Amino acid sequence: MSAFVFTGLVTLVAVAAGFVGSLTGLGGGVIIVPLLILCFGVDIRYAAGASLLSVIATSSGAAAAYVKEGYSNIRIAMFLEIATTTGALVGASLAARLNASWIAMVFGFVLVGSAWLTVRGHGSQRIAPTGDQRPSPSRLRLDSSYPSAHGPRPYHVQRVPWGFSVMFLAGGLSGLLGIGSGALKVIGMDGVMRVPFKVSTTTSNFMIGVTAAASAGVYVSRGYLDPRLALPVVLGVLPGALVGATVLPRIRAWKLRKAFSVVVLLLSVEMFYKGIRGGL
Amino acid sequence: MTGGDTGRWTNQRVENVIGNILRIGVGLAVTLILIGGIFFLARHGSERIDYRVFSGEPADLRGVEGIARDAVSLSGRGIVQLGLLALIGTPIARVAFSVLGFVMQRDWLFAAFTLLVLAILGYSLHFA
Repeated sequence: MSAFVFTGLVTLVAVAAGFVGSLTGLGGGVIIVPLLILCFGVDIRYAAGASLLSVIATSSGAAAAYVKEGYSNIRIAMFLEIATTTGALVGASLAARLNASWIAMVFGFVLVGSAWLTVRGHGSQRIAPTGDQRPSPSRLRLDSSYPSAHGPRPYHVQRVPWGFSVMFLAGGLSGLLGIGSGALKVIGMDGVMRVPFKVSTTTSNFMIGVTAAASAGVYVSRGYLDPRLALPVVLGVLPGALVGATVLPRIRAWKLRKAFSVVVLLLSVEMFYKGIRGGL
Repeated sequence: MTGGDTGRWTNQRVENVIGNILRIGVGLAVTLILIGGIFFLARHGSERIDYRVFSGEPADLRGVEGIARDAVSLSGRGIVQLGLLALIGTPIARVAFSVLGFVMQRDWLFAAFTLLVLAILGYSLHFA
């Protein structure tokens, strides 16, 4: 395949991955990495390296818009980024040492989880957080409020050590697989720490870029970031994700989500197969 | 948002600057990647590409100095790689500015947390 054809084809696939990743809330990385491996025979580490850069691009682009809306909690983000960046360093250094087959198997499990989350819909129906909402004094002062139709609504952050641990795992998976791990970060905040869903998603998006930057540094210095591959991946995923985010509020995403979850399941089967059979 | 609204460095102001850093960083990176991509495809568009065999990047594309040298000599790959570095640098710049924001708000605990994250990010770029 000539460089010209390769760049064109990968750009098209990356646009689709960014679009689907945006509609499902999974992010482009979890879609583009398996496609690069399965469709183009790209080495799993090159695929992860290129994907990480597209993750930084989409996260930073979206965060620039979100940060002004006043939902994202920068204190929570900064505190949890200690966990995600440390995890990312561990994950990225494991990527260099682990056999590609093992990485493919881990990816298979993550894809199964992603498919399940897509159908379940991230619990986005739950608007009001449950549990104790009374703010309590804490040295971290993570509690805050978010804008709503009835004025600012306060929330109280709970189970911080557990959330911190989930973030370490999210960072590790991000570094190992080249994905944003946004869905897991949302689970950590929304599910574990009882942060309101809208605050969780925007804050997670904010953290994804920093987490991915920590892994990407390792990928660059170890020589896993190829400009010829990252070029079409970044220039494809970014516009795909932006278009996805624009059309998302205007369409009924539920049926699409179901259809995409089947696609994600199929990708997981392929990744397990590749992992068991070897030859990656 | 929580935190002190000390002086002019309110959270609102910090957030505005952060938004601008992110926009400028992504814009600069995408521009560099586009220009480098055009250079690369114009010169090497018909060459064969194969990623099946993993070999690692040449040493000059692994470090900041080598990448800058390649980009200055107008190598397509060097310019793309410089754009990718700018992309990696965008969230790092955001974190660096957050350190300043927390210091201005006299929030020493969070300034220390943010410095720690910045140190981890710096370490990752010298990992090899």
